Amino acid sequence: MDEYRGVLVFCEVEENIAPITLELLQVGRKLADDLGVELLTVVLGSDIKRIADELVYFGPDKVYVIDDPLLKSYNGDACTTVLERLCEALNPDIILFGQTSVGRDLAPRLSFRLKTRLTTDCIDLSIDQDTKLLLQTKPVYGGNALAVYVCEVKPQIVTVRSKTMSPIAYDENRKGEVIEFDTEIDELIIRTTVIEKVKEEATGIKLEDADIIVSGGRGIGGPDGFEQIEELSKLLGGAVGASRPPCDLGWAPSTHQVGLTGKIVTPNLYIAVGISGASQHLAGMSESKRIVAINKDSKANIFKVAHYGVVGDYKDILPAFIKKLGELK
Amino acid sequence: MKEGLNIIVCVKQVPDPEGPPSAFEVDSESKKVIPKGIPPVMSPFDENALEAALRIKDEAACKVTVLSMGKRLAKPVLRKSLAVGADELILLEDNSFEGLDPYWTAITLSSAIKRIGTYDLVLTGRQASDWNAAQVGPGISEILKIPSVTLARKVELREDGVIVERVLPNGYEVIKAPIPSLVTVSNELGDLRYAGIKEIKAVQNKPITTLCASDLKVDLSQTDQIKLLKLYPPVWDRKCNFIEGQDAQEIGVALALKLRVDKVV
Ligand SMILES: Cc1cc2nc3c(=O)[nH]c(=O)nc-3n(C[C@H](O)[C@H](O)[C@H](O)COP(=O)(O)OP(=O)(O)OC[C@H]3O[C@@H](n4cnc5c(N)ncnc54)[C@H](O)[C@@H]3O)c2cc1C
Ligand SMILES: Nc1ncnc2c1ncn2[C@@H]1O[C@H](COP(=O)(O)O)[C@@H](O)[C@H]1O
Repeated sequence: MDEYRGVLVFCEVEENIAPITLELLQVGRKLADDLGVELLTVVLGSDIKRIADELVYFGPDKVYVIDDPLLKSYNGDACTTVLERLCEALNPDIILFGQTSVGRDLAPRLSFRLKTRLTTDCIDLSIDQDTKLLLQTKPVYGGNALAVYVCEVKPQIVTVRSKTMSPIAYDENRKGEVIEFDTEIDELIIRTTVIEKVKEEATGIKLEDADIIVSGGRGIGGPDGFEQIEELSKLLGGAVGASRPPCDLGWAPSTHQVGLTGKIVTPNLYIAVGISGASQHLAGMSESKRIVAINKDSKANIFKVAHYGVVGDYKDILPAFIKKLGELK
Repeated sequence: MKEGLNIIVCVKQVPDPEGPPSAFEVDSESKKVIPKGIPPVMSPFDENALEAALRIKDEAACKVTVLSMGKRLAKPVLRKSLAVGADELILLEDNSFEGLDPYWTAITLSSAIKRIGTYDLVLTGRQASDWNAAQVGPGISEILKIPSVTLARKVELREDGVIVERVLPNGYEVIKAPIPSLVTVSNELGDLRYAGIKEIKAVQNKPITTLCASDLKVDLSQTDQIKLLKLYPPVWDRKCNFIEGQDAQEIGVALALKLRVDKVV
């Protein structure tokens, strides 16, 4: 058992160190301290020396760098193989990924390669003091229940839902070692190729970064209603979100979807209009600081998580609300 | 487009995830979710995966085989796949298939796929709506040693490979993979087509193949490496402050003032 040591964080880069990485390093640091082991991180890419050096200030004891032109953009085949080799060399006890586009692709494959198990989309992690195993809490049944798992095979691998852990702060006084992990990548192992990337993001504030979000649901009734949602969000300097039906129906772009399989958001203010509050939607917004729900059904589930509730037809409520907000400005 | 290809779609039967939260009773004792008054359905993303297969079949002759594993499966739910246009339905039924984790599920499904033998494309949902594991698809690809692409919103089979549009948080990417490959499908692909009464009737007596654990030569005697320690319902300790007023006009104004006083706007 003892041959497995250390907590390894998979670092994601989107130009700079991705926010999820800082969240993983924070929880990783706590787990490593609880176990009395080192916190390790690995970063893959091409020309990433700068990122590797910067990572040190976010708390890992060791930063492993795998720098190769073939890793310039994400490729599941290449990444799974180099991580498999790194894990064979380091034997980490725990590996943390983000529940992101990359983490969702890579973590399952790595876990099968290493013949271990994986728990995806964790929202809480801690160490069992008796067994020293990782207690992995994740929502299941779309958020209708919470499950705590423990895995008896090593390494214990999890992906962590974004914004469920606080990010670790930058500290220039931290010291860590940057280590280059040398490994040859045979081009032949790469079987899939990205032909093109298409951006569909709406202009304006990114949903994940917005301070205020106004979201519409099926209750909005059509694309026209979304113009009112748009107007309100503009007035508040916020972003537009949506539950899944408006995205599926084409009233809103699919990049606006909030929830279990959409974006996870925690703005200061989240206004849910015509959204019933299915567990899968709550999964993406229930941790917002202030939640306002406008729904004509007083029994709607959304009111369970809302701080302020308005029962009524949004078509009657919004005009007065928007007008008054305008006056208060 | 290439003709005569074989597509396998993995479909899981789950309690209807669109049921209200009260329909999901959490029994902490047995560590099970007990569905109350909601019917079994095909997991929604698996319906999207089946639709992806049927769209390929719309364009070129190919055979679509649906594979579903469970302890006891509801035939009418899965027969729907035949009614919408799948060619063959294979059920993997065995007491030992109950509650398998994603690792063992992928092993079992993979051995069924190997038994089928010829396949050009394997499709799964991005995640099952019950345990939300999101790993059986990539797991199968690792076991079969074939490439995988996750989160598809479009799948096209060409002469020389599969072209997949993969959902990204800010758009999508177009990925080319060789044949055979595994693709996991997301809801952006579109809903499963409807089956009319006529189609449902037509497949009523169509034979279904059923296989058990021994047919698949999988050893499921040691499958508890990952343990469910606890299962409990979420608790919301919030008290919603309902804004009151004479009419909608007044309520709208009151809400604006409230948010102002609280300094959120
Ligand atoms: C595996 C899985 C993943 C999913 N992922 C997501 C996800 O990421 N995000 C997501 O949102 N959903 C997701 N869903 C779908 C989810 O289960 C619900 O179907 C969806 O959230 C419902 O959206 P809604 O609240 O807009 O629609 P409904 O549930 O139809 O609710 C509409 C609401 O509008 C109200 N209303 C109607 N008219 C008016 C009016 N004029 N004024 C005021 N109120 C009105 C109604 O009272 C009702 O409460 C997922 C489902 C599954 C199975
Ligand atoms: N018991 C099963 N029978 C058939 N397909 C399954 C089964 N379990 C999982 N799958 C497939 O694998 C996908 C991902 O499941 P999961 O990893 O459990 O979330 C599902 O969407 C199905 O396509």
